[in-house]
Amino acid sequence: MTSILDYLVLAFYAVSLGLHIWYLYTDSRLVGRLGTVCLAGGVVSHYFALLSRARAVGSVPYQDLYGSMSLFAWLLAVTYLGIERFHRQRAVAPFILPFVIAFASVSTFLAPAAEAVHRSKAYGPLFALHVTVNILAYAAFALSFVVSLLYLAQNRWLRHRRLGTVIWRFPALEVLERMSRSSVIVGVSALSFGILFGFIWARRLLGQYITGDPKEIVSLLVLLVYATYLWLSRKTAWRGARACRLCVASFFFVIFSYTVVNFYLSSYHRFF
Amino acid sequence: MATPLSKQANGARQDTPMRIILVGLNHRTAPVELRERVAFTAEQARWAAQELRTRGVVEEAVVVSTCNRSELYGVLGENAEGAAGALEGFFTSFHELPAGSLNGSLYRHFDADAVRHLFRVAAGLDSMLLGEAEILGQVRQAYMAALESGDTGHVLNRLFQSALEVGKRVRTETEIGTRPMSAAFAAVKLAEQIFGRLREHCGLILGAGAMGEQLVEHLRDRGMTRIYVANRSRERGEDLARRVAGQSFAWEDLPRALELPDIVVASVGGSEPVLNRELVEKAMHTRGGRAMFVIDLGVPRNVDAAVADLYNVFLYTIDNLTEIVEQNKHARAKEVPRAEALISEQLEKFQTWQASVRSVAVLAALREKLQQNREEFLQQHMDEMKHLSPEDRERVGRLTAELLDSILEQPAKCLRNEKGLRRKLEEIEAVRHLFGLEKNKP
Repeated sequence: MTSILDYLVLAFYAVSLGLHIWYLYTDSRLVGRLGTVCLAGGVVSHYFALLSRARAVGSVPYQDLYGSMSLFAWLLAVTYLGIERFHRQRAVAPFILPFVIAFASVSTFLAPAAEAVHRSKAYGPLFALHVTVNILAYAAFALSFVVSLLYLAQNRWLRHRRLGTVIWRFPALEVLERMSRSSVIVGVSALSFGILFGFIWARRLLGQYITGDPKEIVSLLVLLVYATYLWLSRKTAWRGARACRLCVASFFFVIFSYTVVNFYLSSYHRFF
Repeated sequence: MATPLSKQANGARQDTPMRIILVGLNHRTAPVELRERVAFTAEQARWAAQELRTRGVVEEAVVVSTCNRSELYGVLGENAEGAAGALEGFFTSFHELPAGSLNGSLYRHFDADAVRHLFRVAAGLDSMLLGEAEILGQVRQAYMAALESGDTGHVLNRLFQSALEVGKRVRTETEIGTRPMSAAFAAVKLAEQIFGRLREHCGLILGAGAMGEQLVEHLRDRGMTRIYVANRSRERGEDLARRVAGQSFAWEDLPRALELPDIVVASVGGSEPVLNRELVEKAMHTRGGRAMFVIDLGVPRNVDAAVADLYNVFLYTIDNLTEIVEQNKHARAKEVPRAEALISEQLEKFQTWQASVRSVAVLAALREKLQQNREEFLQQHMDEMKHLSPEDRERVGRLTAELLDSILEQPAKCLRNEKGLRRKLEEIEAVRHLFGLEKNKP
């Protein structure tokens, strides 16, 4: 059932998106700050909405698709807010917040009432941490994907000297490159911890670190691909557009891991 | 220092007429030879404003003087007759010009026209370079100087605050000031679009041409501190390096010099390109593939067109930059109707404020008149009230005062609450006419 808090979350995100678009158009510092404040308001209220859902289901809301989507939206907003503050750059928000709003909206309007799930004690805090940290990694990779696309579009306009109205409002290419790399660093770190927690949990439950589940293999592959991006993005021949293309391509592995592997290939990672 | 708002609140003289006058000339009406002769320094502007007030030509005054305009804004007092002529004469006498030398160059505007003109000036619509940003700061400086000298009152305070507000709105709510309007500035904006802050980046200027130097000045203004210069004539190169606080390279060291900068400005005379693909490719390899922005200001071109195909190299020629400037000029011109709409909106707000001040003045005059009638009435009938005790007489006086208040309550409420500008002005005129307040018309 949709609560007032859920509506509040969407309202905060929507107002923040509106303000960030306005900021992109006017370059008004006050409007930008208000946009950030609204986003922070959305993140805080979203946290309490998730907490309320977690209390209802008796676990971090990852068991059902809608809870998982809401958690993803929240972690995407959190990661973006962190990157925005770190790089002092707000112009990317209009391209990220629609995804946050879309995921949060689907979760808000389509999710059935939360029901308590009864899982064995094996699904304890370590397992919850494993899932949450992995979703954080996916959110960070999604952020780097969008930022890299922006880089590639702007790089193309600048190289072909096709400068429209909006280009002067975009962050500089170097800033976008740094933002993309920062997001990938967050993603790689989170995914490393997520995989580690998963191995420890598997060892406790099944007595072995590696079970041979396709999800494990694909996750390690995703980690490898992004680690390669981080290495290549500082190399002479790859710096700039090529590294961003690699980042965009890598995200398809994430989508593959999050959808096809979860739904059809994995047995241990099929929660919904 | 009194703030504009506090001055307005404390110093509002609501019984004064509010005719605003503007006399001035600008780049459209006078050539630069004439403009520079009637320009006011900051000190002269202050003195001129005080002089105009002392002579009683105007009650409030602000002098706006930039390289493209000299304008006197004033509020006319009761003796408004001939004030425009006096202001025009002041221009010539102040600058010791022969009488009549400004004929045909000066323009004069009153009230709404003067207000709209100032709003357009503040918004950059009346500038030589459409939408330029400096004018807003110049208008602010002129106003602040007049405010500090006590040459402004509630009318010009309100007028200039409104002008500054609309100037800011036009810049934030339209695209009129966002795009670069000179080739040098376009190059700097492009550099920022590639590298972000230029403080951490360095530049190399090839050749000692004037345009290259101008561009380096822009780059320095944007925070770039490390600048290298390479010129065929070592002596001229060193001279330029000294002027831009940079470091000079021998022309023969060009391949080595090319490894350092993120921005290369080529402005060399000669028929052959000085930068070819091989040279830049080698430099790119040595500098680890970091992006390089090459600005070719030379005609014929100084940089081989094949350089543009290199990975992470952004090559812009003077034609590319000129094209951007032309596109921007068109784009800015397209924003003018939106800017004009904002100005009209602000003008209506200002006129509504003026009408409110006038309505307060009319009500004050009406109250004064009725109060006077009441006192005369009581005086006349005092003999008939001899039988009343002093307390009763006082009571009668109090009751008539209360009656007066209740009579005035409705018109005051109506005038106060009327939002429509035209209707408000009609109501003011109606009250003035019906109660015979034509004398001392506010």
